[in-house]
Amino acid sequence: MHKSLISIHDFSKEEILHILEVAREMEATGSSKLLDGKVVACLFFEPSTRTRLSFETAANRLGARVIGFSDVANTSISKGETLKDTIKMVSNYVDIIVMRHPLEGAARYASEVCDIPVVNAGDGANQHPSQTLLDLYTILQTQGRLEDVTINMVGDLKYGRTVHSLLQAMSHFNPRFFFTAPDELRLPAEYKAFMDARGIPYKESRSLQEHLCDCDILYMTRVQQERFSDPMEYEKVKDVYRLERSMLQGVRDNMKILHPLPRVGEIAADVDDTPYAYYYKQAQNGMYVRMAIIAYLLGYK
Amino acid sequence: MSEKHTQLKVSAIKDGTVLDHIPAQSIFQVIDILDLSHSENPVTIGVNLESRSLGRKGIIKISDRFFADEELNRIALAAPDATVNIIKDYEVVQKKKIDLPETVVGIAKCSNPMCVTNHQPVPTRFSTVVDHKKVKLLCHYCEKTTEEFIPLGH
Repeated sequence: MHKSLISIHDFSKEEILHILEVAREMEATGSSKLLDGKVVACLFFEPSTRTRLSFETAANRLGARVIGFSDVANTSISKGETLKDTIKMVSNYVDIIVMRHPLEGAARYASEVCDIPVVNAGDGANQHPSQTLLDLYTILQTQGRLEDVTINMVGDLKYGRTVHSLLQAMSHFNPRFFFTAPDELRLPAEYKAFMDARGIPYKESRSLQEHLCDCDILYMTRVQQERFSDPMEYEKVKDVYRLERSMLQGVRDNMKILHPLPRVGEIAADVDDTPYAYYYKQAQNGMYVRMAIIAYLLGYK
Repeated sequence: MSEKHTQLKVSAIKDGTVLDHIPAQSIFQVIDILDLSHSENPVTIGVNLESRSLGRKGIIKISDRFFADEELNRIALAAPDATVNIIKDYEVVQKKKIDLPETVVGIAKCSNPMCVTNHQPVPTRFSTVVDHKKVKLLCHYCEKTTEEFIPLGH
């Protein structure tokens, strides 16, 4: 069976570092013909324009062709075709499948029914490993290292899958964490147990201001309406944090603000022009990291 | 009903398997796990019997049937402390302890409503985790933990 990227746990520390190194090469080289003649399928069973464009551009910049769909409305899936049949059929046409699906575990299952590599571009609230790898790449790029970095994670720490995956991936690199969240969105106990078991120091706070000045990375997240079953609970917490330029007095010189995007109100527009804003560059890094992932899984890097 | 009486019942089959020390509330789960509702063999089920260690226990006797260890080990999902007695000619010829299997394929349901196994024809697969003496199931697909064993089809 071919190597797939379904969950960040599928990659060892060495593989993670290798991907980051290849991504650095990709950023330095720009476009190439490395995957000339290859075909990449981008199967988006639920819409995600940002992620789809990033993967499709990554494939194009490597010289590969892209086929796929961006939602299921006009496909045989809407006629009731099973996921297995769709994946089996497409895998006969292409060299690698990038897929996003609303069901959790869909990408793992897809990787088991076909014999080409599968990249999980998000399976419901479960995993989105290319996001985690691009976060790591951006931390490395901005800090010059992954070891001994202090990260302040802010916002929806309860449902935010990027937060959970990032803290697990960072556990290889001796990190320190601050977790800034309202009571309703605190980090679940299982992740605290994960860190306790590894001796990773962390502190929780309700105040955004409290740990702004003693972190290297400020990792902001959006409170995602779609994760809430109770609209009242969402209304209570949706605007809980708002980072403004005036709050950035006294932060560390090397501090960078990351955000998986899209943002709504949690970072004011006046932050964009400060030297600390890094989320646009972070999104661009996603393309290089996805180039590295595709090239690696196809055996080219 | 005295302990002595239940012992008599246990030894009352000629050949087969006796599953003892099943918590009373788990007995129907064990029946599901071994698919005994479709059994052709004579099956005797006792529920709410007095037990010194469990308070109330259940017991299942299956005549003329001997299970593979792999099948028996699945019982650990519902009754980790159950004991297995193999009966030949009215005598207990072997007592077995069951071991919790590392993986469980196809008999438990994932409690996550968004898990692919609850929407597509995918056999479920879990790894078992023991947490505070309770058996939990970690889904191979959605990576979520199912706290209570739920038989497939429920």
